[in-house]
Amino acid sequence: MTDRVDHRVRDDRSPLDPAVLAGAESFARSWATAVIGSSYVPMTRAEVAQHLQDLTEMLVEALYASPFRTAPGYEIGSRLVDAHFTGTDTLGRTVQLLGDDLLGELGAAGDERLQSRLAALQGALSAGYARALRERTLAEQEAIRAAVLDARDQAEAMLRASEARFRAMFTEAAIGIGIADIEGRILDVNQALQDMLGFSVEEMRQYNVRDLMHPEDAGSVWRLYDQLIAGECDHYRAEKRFHRADGEQVWTHLTLSLVRDDHGEPQYQVAMIEDVTDRHLLQNRLRYQALHDPLTGLPNRALFLERLGRVFSNRAKHARAGLCYLDLDGFKVINDSLGHDTGDQLLVEVGRRLDHSVSGEGKLVARMGGDEFVILVEGSSGEQDIVDVAERVLTELEAPIRIAGHELSVSASIGIVERQLSSTTSADLMRDADITLYWAKADGKARWALYDPERNAREVARFTLSATMPRALERGEFYVEYQPLVRLEDSTVTGVEALVRWQHPEFGRLAPDRFIELAEETGLIVPLGRWVLRKACEEARRWLVEFGDAAPFVSVNLAVRQSRDPELVRDVKRILDECALPPHHLQLELTESAIMGTADEPLEALRALCDMGVRIAIDDFGTGYSNLAYLKHLPVHELKIAGSFMEGLRAENEEDPVDSQIVATLVQLAHALSLGVTAEGVETPAQAARLLRLGCDTGQGWFFARPGPPENIDSLLRGDL
Amino acid sequence: MMGERADTNRGEQVERPQWAPGDIDLERPSVARVWDYLLGGAHNFAADRAVAEKTLEMMPEVRAGALQHRAFLRRAVRYLVGRGVRQFLDLGSGIPTVGNVHEIAQAVQPAAKVVYVDLDPVAVAHSRSLLDGNEQVNVLQADVRDPASVLASPEVNDLLDFDEPIAVLMIAVLHFVPDEEDPLGILAGYRDRLVPGSFLALSHAGFEADEETPEIRAARRVYERSVTRTTLRNSAEFTKLFEGFELVEPGVVRLPAWRPEGPDDEGIADRAFPGFAAVGRKA
Repeated sequence: MTDRVDHRVRDDRSPLDPAVLAGAESFARSWATAVIGSSYVPMTRAEVAQHLQDLTEMLVEALYASPFRTAPGYEIGSRLVDAHFTGTDTLGRTVQLLGDDLLGELGAAGDERLQSRLAALQGALSAGYARALRERTLAEQEAIRAAVLDARDQAEAMLRASEARFRAMFTEAAIGIGIADIEGRILDVNQALQDMLGFSVEEMRQYNVRDLMHPEDAGSVWRLYDQLIAGECDHYRAEKRFHRADGEQVWTHLTLSLVRDDHGEPQYQVAMIEDVTDRHLLQNRLRYQALHDPLTGLPNRALFLERLGRVFSNRAKHARAGLCYLDLDGFKVINDSLGHDTGDQLLVEVGRRLDHSVSGEGKLVARMGGDEFVILVEGSSGEQDIVDVAERVLTELEAPIRIAGHELSVSASIGIVERQLSSTTSADLMRDADITLYWAKADGKARWALYDPERNAREVARFTLSATMPRALERGEFYVEYQPLVRLEDSTVTGVEALVRWQHPEFGRLAPDRFIELAEETGLIVPLGRWVLRKACEEARRWLVEFGDAAPFVSVNLAVRQSRDPELVRDVKRILDECALPPHHLQLELTESAIMGTADEPLEALRALCDMGVRIAIDDFGTGYSNLAYLKHLPVHELKIAGSFMEGLRAENEEDPVDSQIVATLVQLAHALSLGVTAEGVETPAQAARLLRLGCDTGQGWFFARPGPPENIDSLLRGDL
Repeated sequence: MMGERADTNRGEQVERPQWAPGDIDLERPSVARVWDYLLGGAHNFAADRAVAEKTLEMMPEVRAGALQHRAFLRRAVRYLVGRGVRQFLDLGSGIPTVGNVHEIAQAVQPAAKVVYVDLDPVAVAHSRSLLDGNEQVNVLQADVRDPASVLASPEVNDLLDFDEPIAVLMIAVLHFVPDEEDPLGILAGYRDRLVPGSFLALSHAGFEADEETPEIRAARRVYERSVTRTTLRNSAEFTKLFEGFELVEPGVVRLPAWRPEGPDDEGIADRAFPGFAAVGRKA
């Protein structure tokens, strides 16, 4: 009560009274301690204390003011919030502290009037604080919401900007871009794609992606499309053709990509389409150039082989095909004599005629190079089909070709192969056609030849023989047999013919007719002949040593090529010398053609041999066309009448008068020229008797003895038989 | 701060391109707004407040902790202005509550320049509206973990002069950067652009080994589950972040103990405060 009186007494005393100020200062410190940490205020502790000191003084002034107003309390609450004393505990602690301590600190603890005023100020402070906090909170909420809106605006602006960028990219892209949903409905296409295909967006939107199918599309294009739509692949690239609105075609590189939604499910498909028509056409042109002969415009070897390969790659079970391999006859002569330009024009015309006569589905005419052409006929039904083609071509070529004032007649040789594809390969077909062309040439040109497997087998065998012959000679597979030459009047063996044989490891014993011709072709006849000559001379020398005067001479065959060998005379001389064989113990047999058809050199060789003392015989006399006048001057000692004339003398009871007369005439002719006569092919006693009667000197044949090893001759000479 | 980035599902590597706007989802708490709430602000939404309240329930001292980081910022900026620094790069600046860097700095040195950087688009938008017209302040929306793009931005380059010292501030930021994101590399990215005499001020949640109480661990789990992952570091690990800087007095200390302004400041600075602070100077 006293306190209350006290306060009442000091009713009009100034609030700036030092004691009051000190109390206020003390209260401000307690206040700072109570509220610091309840909120974040951007002030140092001292600054906080000063701030609260100011507020305390304001409060104290209000407490004592007259008239009493609560507005300062309201102001203080508001300023607390302004200083960011916004923590939830700040107000509670402040109000409590005011009630508990302020009047005590001011020394007016019991003053009821001040208590009442303080209560009013506490209320006003709370209201001011609440109002300010509410405003601050609302302001901050508004600010943060505005910030959210700003941020969203910003984000949307960026989104719009990025959409605009994408739209621009889509619109302006030089590459065609189209978007469709997963059902294939076209949603949007850019300008480039509209231009490329010639449809507007509206028109394109009428289409489904599947409507853009092109008959030439590779199967993979749509297989991959199905996989993409099913979500099994995310993109693929393909070459694809599109139909343009104007009916033209566009070649494109297509890249199709799948766009998935947030859950990974297929949502859209995006096509990027690049027009490569120009490139494609260029490639086509380059490809055409690479696959065609620039001169004739016909497909070239490369295209032909490609087509042939394709024929073989997708063949049906019984499919057949045929080839005509064609080569102009004598083209080189035309080229060399009339010039390449004329030759080229000729080839152009031939190409045109071939193309003209062979046109049609499944047929291809190609120029293989030079004057070689080839015709491929797919799906033939038999050899006759191809023969028909070949004959048509030959007929077509018959008409003369006029070039630069020249009337040129050309002919061609054609090799034909036709067979079931499953039984052959493209390489075999080509090789056999080539071989057959060679046959057509060899058989006389201006004709076709049909592939003949047997003829081929023979040729292969011949080839095999000729290829193995050199080694056979080295390995000693050859040997020599001897057949006696018998004087008819007393059956004395005067000579023996050396006959070469080949003991072939694969084909067995081979007679000369199987390999001599080959040896002539390959030139091996020279070393082979030299070997036979030496072998025979060695035997002759042995007989000479063993049988003395009774020893026979050896008769050795000399092939045409050998007779023209410049080393012949030297070879013969050396062998005779090395064997120490007197030359008259050697007889060389040549065919009529070898002697007659020769120029001077071989003849000189024969003369040299003759002069040396070697006997010369004409083999198979009467089968060639001997120049009888010439015969007189030849260095020849003996005529051997061909065995074919002996047929008519064969039978025991009757003889063919013509053959008989021929043999008689030949004998007379020989004798007239002072030549000896040997009859070959004597097989019966009747023949021997007749020949003796006709005056023939010597006989050779099975009647006397078959060819055999030299020991057989030994026996004969010893008279064992 | 980096709440926005925490949304992205790293497992799927769904990195947005630079220009793509992030979505603004008010249902998802943001570090910046939770922080604002803890500091007594109202720049926040229900989701932010729910997380903050739940964290406070587990560990009431979190609020005081937030206040301490903010108070350290104030003391550090004042100290730096006192050392003559005129340029500040505030990385992970958050919602501009009261007592922002430019307010503190410009109160003493009106010429001070500040660039605020945050990834949170809302925090950035708010900062911009608040700072509109202040030509000595810029705001940049960027990921502070990408120094190259921050330093290359016009917001930074138009305002700051890299030939003069700059103070880089990362207040309560680096505990959101785990080791695998290479915090040292990030800091080096900034440091290498600074001239000698520049400063780095860091505050960081953490404590010495074995100091984590079950309550802190529980609170951290709440925070990590709903907002973003935190990496607490001890004083040794925190000290390593100052590679290339010389620590100024008093070195690495508990947050309240860094240059307290009065004996009372230190009252709260009991040795167990879960966070460290330090300022370093580039030699």
